[in-house]
Amino acid sequence: MKDKVMEHILEVRNLKKVFVAKSEKYVATDDVSFAVDAGECVGIVGQSGCGKSTLAKIIAGFIAPDSGQIFLCGRDITYAKGAALRTVYANMQMIFQMPEESFDPRKTIGWSVAEPLRNLRPELGRKQTEERTRCLLAEVGLSPSFADRYPHELSGGQCQRAAIARAVAISPKLLICDEATSALDMTVAAKTIDLLRRLCFEQQIACLFITHDLALLTRIAERVIVMHNGKIVEEGTTQQIIYGAKSPRTKELAAAALVMTPPVTEGT
Amino acid sequence: MNKETFFAVQNLSVAYNGQTVVRSVSFSVRCGEILAIVGESGSGKSTVLKAAQGLLGSGGRVSGGRIMLYGRDIYRLSPAERRREIAGSTVAMIFQNAGASFCPIRTIGEQIYESVREHTDWSREEFTAQSKAVMKRINLPETVLNEFPFRLSGGMGQRAGILAAVILKPALLLADEPTSALDTVTQLSVVKELMELRRQQNIAIVIVTHNMGVAWYMADNILVMRDGEPVEYGAKEQIFRRPQAQYTKELIAAVPGLRL
Ligand SMILES: Nc1ncnc2c1ncn2[C@@H]1O[C@H](COP(=O)(O)OP(=O)(O)OP(=O)(O)O)[C@@H](O)[C@H]1O
Ligand SMILES: Nc1ncnc2c1ncn2[C@@H]1O[C@H](COP(=O)(O)OP(=O)(O)OP(=O)(O)O)[C@@H](O)[C@H]1O
Ligand SMILES: [Mg+2]
Ligand SMILES: [Mg+2]
Repeated sequence: MKDKVMEHILEVRNLKKVFVAKSEKYVATDDVSFAVDAGECVGIVGQSGCGKSTLAKIIAGFIAPDSGQIFLCGRDITYAKGAALRTVYANMQMIFQMPEESFDPRKTIGWSVAEPLRNLRPELGRKQTEERTRCLLAEVGLSPSFADRYPHELSGGQCQRAAIARAVAISPKLLICDEATSALDMTVAAKTIDLLRRLCFEQQIACLFITHDLALLTRIAERVIVMHNGKIVEEGTTQQIIYGAKSPRTKELAAAALVMTPPVTEGT
Repeated sequence: MNKETFFAVQNLSVAYNGQTVVRSVSFSVRCGEILAIVGESGSGKSTVLKAAQGLLGSGGRVSGGRIMLYGRDIYRLSPAERRREIAGSTVAMIFQNAGASFCPIRTIGEQIYESVREHTDWSREEFTAQSKAVMKRINLPETVLNEFPFRLSGGMGQRAGILAAVILKPALLLADEPTSALDTVTQLSVVKELMELRRQQNIAIVIVTHNMGVAWYMADNILVMRDGEPVEYGAKEQIFRRPQAQYTKELIAAVPGLRL
């Protein structure tokens, strides 16, 4: 019964999703298959609207696929329910593209960041949960006072960092990041990337990292998947994708990034 | 004041609930000029733009300085004047996370048309034609007009926000991270569209961005902020090639290189 797929933390096979709107069909995910191993970080890039977030939400169980399968640590979780679903959430965390929307506006940041701890690590108790929340906020560069603020009292990047703190609170096996650093300036983004890389390495977390920043991928992902119109059009090591792309879609992305590359500071 | 300098922020300080988060920020833009504000997350960039729009919200207050539009302090205008000048078609704002600021239960097209109607006498046909022309240039499918916000991807919502702001051809565009959710190809098309607007209509743009590539490509001048304070302000070439402040140097050095 149990379809064991060894080694991979995440494996998806032939995922497909069609959105229907006013009798028009739109194939958002088209026969997508790939796998991510423990401690590995795989990047996903592609033009706006190509289906990256849809794929992430299917894996995280927020959108049901029309067909295909999802395996987490070898277990088929495509249609997980009840206790099985609880196990899934204990092992998988997602950072959403729009962090403001993923926080309850009536709850403090501290309450929201501690939510996975309260639900999945009840043995910690109140004091330890609070202490752990403070540490998590500190790791993403937010002072303890942020715990008492409400989401609308944070800047865009502060909110994004709080979402990262919440996602890594319980040491998931799989971490899905959808544009997790897109609202951060480069110095803070670099620190955040270092934090994610360290956590993934130390805790052997498998990471799916969706981003539009090709250059950033060289700092975090070993492998990159390029999507277009719901399909995977190219896959390779980060170096191959950026410097030796075959697909015109991939070349386009790198060429546009180059046009906007700032000059080197004099004397460096 | 130079008559061409139609928008100026002078010694602006802003506090939320009594706590100062922006201190002594000054800059100015002339017609047809593009200023990029870059800097640390939480340094007060969005706050400056919101203050310039009179949109600080309940806890926020301008605690010092002035914001001048056409030589007049916007905080001294009567409510009616302010509505006409700022909320009207003179100044337009693209919010950080523009996609999330649409009403969830009405289509994008209806919402933009409604705001357009407040300032023009365009027919629906005229509105649709104007929208489609802009959408084509920013790679946004025409079908987006008939969509509800939740059906759009992050980058589509962001571009819908850009459409809503530029369609009225404002004299001043305040744009808060307008390309943060866009892939590089789409980023470039949006940046080119904004620069084209500047070329054709001579509009001024203040863009907040953490994308140093976008700042480099678009801006004439750059203001660097950190911790609520201005760190460095000058011509783009100067800031990128010969930065003076340590923080500016770090910020530029942190840009991951993509050099072929
Ligand atoms: N709930 C939905 N109903 C109908 N169509 C949807 C829905 N969600 C997404 N879509 C459509 O599916 C396509 C893929 O959207 P998705 O959000 O996955 O793109 P993305 O690659 O994440 O883009 P971006 O980089 O802009 O965030 C888009 O054309 C979008 O309009
Ligand atoms: N409504 C509010 N109440 C209290 N504090 C606020 C409020 N809005 C913003 N702040 C605080 O003011 C400071 C400046 O915020 P602002 O949003 O202007 O930063 P930013 O430079 O735009 O940052 P980012 O790049 O992360 O978007 C931050 O420390 C933020 O936490
Ligand atoms: Mg997306
Ligand atoms: Mg901001």
